[in-house]
Amino acid sequence: MAQAGEKNVRRAGEGRREDPALGQSSPRTGRAAAELAADLPVAPALEARDLTLSWDGEHVVVQGVSVDVAPGEVCCLVGRSGCGKTTILHALAGLTTPVSGRVLLHGEDVTGRPGRVSYMLQKDLLLPSRRIIDNVCLPLVLAGTRRDEARAKAAPLFERFGLAGCERKWPSELSGGMRQRAAFLRTYLMGADVTLLDEPFSALDALTRTDVRRWFVDVAAELGLSALVITHDVDEAVSMASRIYVLAGAPSAGEPSHVAGVVEVDRVESESFELTDEYLAAKRQVMALLG
Amino acid sequence: MARPVDRSEPSRARRVLTPLLTIVALLALWQAVVVVGIVPNFLLPTPVQVVQALVEDAALLASHCVTTLAEAAAGLAAGVALGFVFAVLMDRFESFYLAFEPLMTISQTIPTVAIAPLLVLWLGYGALPKVVLVIISTFFPITVSLASGFRSVDPDVIDLMRTMNASRWQIFWYAKLPAAADQFFSGLKISATYAIVGAVIAEWLGGNEGLGVYMTRVRKSFSYDRMFSAIIVISALSLGLMKLVELAQRACMPWKRAERNNNER
Repeated sequence: MAQAGEKNVRRAGEGRREDPALGQSSPRTGRAAAELAADLPVAPALEARDLTLSWDGEHVVVQGVSVDVAPGEVCCLVGRSGCGKTTILHALAGLTTPVSGRVLLHGEDVTGRPGRVSYMLQKDLLLPSRRIIDNVCLPLVLAGTRRDEARAKAAPLFERFGLAGCERKWPSELSGGMRQRAAFLRTYLMGADVTLLDEPFSALDALTRTDVRRWFVDVAAELGLSALVITHDVDEAVSMASRIYVLAGAPSAGEPSHVAGVVEVDRVESESFELTDEYLAAKRQVMALLG
Repeated sequence: MARPVDRSEPSRARRVLTPLLTIVALLALWQAVVVVGIVPNFLLPTPVQVVQALVEDAALLASHCVTTLAEAAAGLAAGVALGFVFAVLMDRFESFYLAFEPLMTISQTIPTVAIAPLLVLWLGYGALPKVVLVIISTFFPITVSLASGFRSVDPDVIDLMRTMNASRWQIFWYAKLPAAADQFFSGLKISATYAIVGAVIAEWLGGNEGLGVYMTRVRKSFSYDRMFSAIIVISALSLGLMKLVELAQRACMPWKRAERNNNER
């Protein structure tokens, strides 16, 4: 099975193709490019092209990272703590401007322009002074929707997001898992079709994390979300993503991070995907790339 | 066998009764010390004499109270408004913060009693120097508490709001202002007590009306029982203002009750 899995691994730099539209190279392998061409008749929802990022303008943290997220696809970016995962996500969200490289959203250059993709950070960041309904409505209200209208738009979604009955509660009255669901509903209501999630389940206990993760995968599939999730948990990545970008490097030691390889996950319809050979093969490949 | 230590919270009755009984015991001790003659009565009136003076001068004290309260309230309101503006400017402009933060700290090392006579000299015996002194006394705690509250906002919240295209004003209104509310009310509580004390000190050093003026008059006539009754009134006013601030805080920050309940669970 491991051998079967090996064919789904692409090391960084293998079979890089020239992107005629951009005049830049991308990290896709020949096989992946062919698959992508077959699977994705439309352009990727989110593309990062050769991003080089720095914390202070001097020390390069991430070098030459390229990431694609196809429409309706959940991808993961895996790497050790401190390797610059959040820095990449900040750049993709437009919160920072890369030293070089570009971020494209449906082909449009959105480099350094916040507010174009939905972003869910590590902490739920619910405003303690607002009730849950007003917290989740925040993106709508900030965009100019009247509060009543925003509430009316958000209310029907509470049940789907497992938050029925929580509308009038304060954030402090909710459990960690419920707060995370509320944060995800708020992220969804940002309205962008691409969502970035920065270790969204890391603050939860193991059992809640598994439940919320499964719930997230279902909801993302149902809503057709394109998502890029960063995590340092290999199991989490394999259980959620159809494609995993493995980040390697040690910026604090002066070695900028780069994409060491991309692992395609052969997802099989199973109640317990975590126990299948496909799951284990993908996990092995990610572990090998992490080193 | 060793008994486990009971670390549970004291009951409400215990929380109220313990300090109350302590006060009653101290008053009884005070009464006894004077009655027995350990301290001569012309130097220290008994608590009973103080209460009698309080009742006898109630109407006069009330009219002086109104003056002091009006000066304190006007000064506090102006001090809060000015402090708010300063805190916002310090949050918005880094250079403004750098320019004024040390100056404000230095200004607080100048004793109020040293400024009060100057204010009376410059602004006369009316209400103005009293109000100005209250503004000077209350401005600092408000500014410092608000400025530090604005800066306490989690930078991730600001990043999150930026990804929602929030304007600077929206970030201030939805994130910074509520985050500073707790510290603002702590500063307001301190300012409320400073306001009363500031007004009384200014009246003491020159004026026609107010509790400070009343205190100067009774001191000159060696009516120490009335002096003590004025002190009680000043304490009551300060406590009353603090209670009002607490009520305002409860009304303005309803989420704190939920947080408290959650912590107690």
